[in-house]
Amino acid sequence: MSRLSTPSRPRRSLASRIPLFDQVRSSIGLQRGMLVAGLVITLAFVLVAILAPVIAPFGFSQLRSDGVAFGAQQPPSSSHLLGTTVGGYDVFSRVLWGAQTALLTIIVSVLLSIFIGIALGLISGYLGGWLDRVLVVVCDAVYAFPSLLLAIVMSIVISGGRSDLTGGILAASISITVVFIPQYFRVIRAETVRIKNEAYVESAKVIGTRAPRIILRHVLRNATRSLPLLLTLNSSEALLTLAGLGFLGFGIEPSAAAEWGYDLNKALSDVTSGIWWTALFPGLAIVLAVLGITLVGESLNDLADPRLRGRRAAVDSGAPSADNGAVPHGAGASGAPLIDSNEEARS
Amino acid sequence: MSIADGTVSTDNKSVDDIVAITDLRVTFATDGGAVRAVDGVSISVRPREIVAIVGESGSGKSVTAKSILGLVPATATSSGSILLRSRDRTRTTDVVAASANKLRELRGEDVAMVFQEPSTALNPVYTVGWQIAEGIRAHGSVSRADAKKQAIDILRRVGIPDPETRVNYYPHQFSGGQKQRVVIAMALVLNPGLIVADEPTTALDVTVQAEILDLLRRLRDEFDTAIVLITHNMGVVADLADRVVVMYQGKVVEEADARTLFASPQDDYTKQLLAAVPHIGQGEARAAVRTQERLERESSTTPVVAARDLVIEYPGRLGRGGFRAVNGVSFEIKEGEVLGLVGESGSGKTTIGRAIAGLSKVTGGSLNVLGREMLGIKERSFRSARVDIGFVFQDPASSFNPLLTIAECVAEPLVVHGRAADAREARAQVDELLEAVQLPKAFGDRYPHELSGGQRQRASLARSIALRPKLLIADEPTSALDVSVQARVLELFTELQREFGFASLFISHDLAVVDLLADRIAVLYKGELVEEGTGAEVLGAPRHPYTQRLLASLPVPDPIEQQARREALHRLQGVDG
Repeated sequence: MSRLSTPSRPRRSLASRIPLFDQVRSSIGLQRGMLVAGLVITLAFVLVAILAPVIAPFGFSQLRSDGVAFGAQQPPSSSHLLGTTVGGYDVFSRVLWGAQTALLTIIVSVLLSIFIGIALGLISGYLGGWLDRVLVVVCDAVYAFPSLLLAIVMSIVISGGRSDLTGGILAASISITVVFIPQYFRVIRAETVRIKNEAYVESAKVIGTRAPRIILRHVLRNATRSLPLLLTLNSSEALLTLAGLGFLGFGIEPSAAAEWGYDLNKALSDVTSGIWWTALFPGLAIVLAVLGITLVGESLNDLADPRLRGRRAAVDSGAPSADNGAVPHGAGASGAPLIDSNEEARS
Repeated sequence: MSIADGTVSTDNKSVDDIVAITDLRVTFATDGGAVRAVDGVSISVRPREIVAIVGESGSGKSVTAKSILGLVPATATSSGSILLRSRDRTRTTDVVAASANKLRELRGEDVAMVFQEPSTALNPVYTVGWQIAEGIRAHGSVSRADAKKQAIDILRRVGIPDPETRVNYYPHQFSGGQKQRVVIAMALVLNPGLIVADEPTTALDVTVQAEILDLLRRLRDEFDTAIVLITHNMGVVADLADRVVVMYQGKVVEEADARTLFASPQDDYTKQLLAAVPHIGQGEARAAVRTQERLERESSTTPVVAARDLVIEYPGRLGRGGFRAVNGVSFEIKEGEVLGLVGESGSGKTTIGRAIAGLSKVTGGSLNVLGREMLGIKERSFRSARVDIGFVFQDPASSFNPLLTIAECVAEPLVVHGRAADAREARAQVDELLEAVQLPKAFGDRYPHELSGGQRQRASLARSIALRPKLLIADEPTSALDVSVQARVLELFTELQREFGFASLFISHDLAVVDLLADRIAVLYKGELVEEGTGAEVLGAPRHPYTQRLLASLPVPDPIEQQARREALHRLQGVDG
């Protein structure tokens, strides 16, 4: 591995600016396996979602081809790879199309909650006072509700329980958003409260910087470090909530979009009568998608923490190889100067 | 190394040494590759000997000493040998090759450790008695009552008054110095032949430091314990050590008897290190010259800062009174004058600095900063005064936004006060400032973590003088730096002060540092100003007993002079108590 001899540059190379590239490179062993597996599964999930119209043999609400009905509860065959459901839909196509619905819900719900959550967290944490207390109490109150119950209530309020694709996805997303905003709020607020007492924020105050500039320039960028992790965890939770809503019958109409939770619900009675294919494949899809995203999140968490991150054992070659410029990234923290002679020559 | 269980026979040539380190190499696996922290170090310690390992941060002194206990992180690989002999000479263990179980057995019995920060080395939820007993019970079946009896006994021997009651106290009920005594008691309780003390007095005030040093000396005299002392403070070395090992970049550069080393250092690095240590009395001549210059230059008498009966209280929790950090303090800082503010932790010196910068609220008396009364002032009306105030923080590592480049950080004051539209436009001025603090221009494009501590503190100075302030508040700007780096930063500070002519409040716990820079020195004790005057007045003929004690407690980097001072301090304490 060339990593050991690569000197760390003050400027990051183009490749390392690609998200996750650094993480994959710096990981080893089981942690790398987990991260790569998660990335592969997640990538496959996203690709299937985008390419569903191309690779799915039938539409998600298609009941017949060439005027011939598929038939209900047909076992897997050459024409229907994974069989058909009790409603006469093609299971394989529904599973593929379901990825699209799931991905849309994840994107919409995360986008909706992340901006509001961050803004509220920053303001609440930095300004403090009564506003902070009220917001914290409201968020704690939201936490007190079971999130699925809250999601059900929101979906009834928004769409009366059932709706088309846009309405369904929006209902699911917004109901998830209500639960997610407090999570982002809490994480960002905790970071903000910590950063507020850092010397660099005080040094900004001393020179007379106004609060908005401090918040945007000094606090915001330093407070968002744990967001990628929270984002992956919330994505998998969004998917599970969507499936849960669908399973309970508050999801999207089968004619509007394919949704794994709804299919699972309809497959309930099939399982007892030996029809395994209607429940197995939507279930597997949920498990795989959640697993992939969670693996990415978990390994990012481990890799971001130097205490949890695994490293190759140091090679003691006998020669003073340590001085070849391979100064660790974190060397600044331990007070070791990071002086690169090439850099100085360049100026 | 070749013996699997780590036990070697005692027919060794170094049989007399309590620990013999031979060709130790420790390599850390880091994200940037392998880093050799300790590179072929050989040190031996005889019984009843105090060996000091000195060096700047990153020299490998801590890693070397912790290796004796096998306390290296999992990312490290060690080679070489560390032969550790037990007190009764019955076993010798190679720590490098020893198994985890073997290590657990010898820690506490053969070698024990005293940590730097006593408040974090003790578990806050258990009584100190329980924590001492835990060590006893981990090494043999001792009944709870017996263990407690031993704990009381050891607490008495390290000088904790009324140990029968105090054994049931929690760590927070002790002062910092007493906590360190408890930590030392924990190390002593199994009567190990060797104690490794990692900067045992760095977190303590000077007066407390002197007491702990006395205790450590008693360990050798009464308990026959050998001590490996890790420190960066040459005064502490002169006070305590028999032999000194100087380390630099993982290697031993010099090893000598303490008196020999201080009298005639051989290695260039050692010479530099000793020359960089500030002495009391260096500053008098300089201060006299500066005062003369200032009197000639300035005739205006309006002070930049004037405090009259200043009171600063921190609000207490519900139902409790507030904490009065500063109590009736009066002082003045005239234009172009450097006032050194000295005091131990908790004396209120930082609070005064923060109040002048508008970071803490003034609750009583009067504090006039640049013609503005700070009592009850609103941030809005103080903002315009901030142009004239610079602030240098203690820890250079945390006073820069880690995501901005140095140039952007230094440009911040210029941008905020409208002197430049953005960091790019301010770059010419930033380059000038970096030059003024002797940093290469190219450093502007680096991120704070890519600079060393001293370089960061210089950048911090550049930022604080960006607006040409009339007043610069420096809050312990060098206490996080190595001695050699500190000397350079202090020199730079003096140069800048001469060039820009700002008035300054220089806060420090180190009398020698303040003496070097300040025109006048003010001594704070428990929130009150006990003494104020020129360096010659305060340090030459201190009137207040606290100043006298402070001065006498300060260890000087000269073993012979320090011995005389130690005896003088004992006399002073005898008069006090």
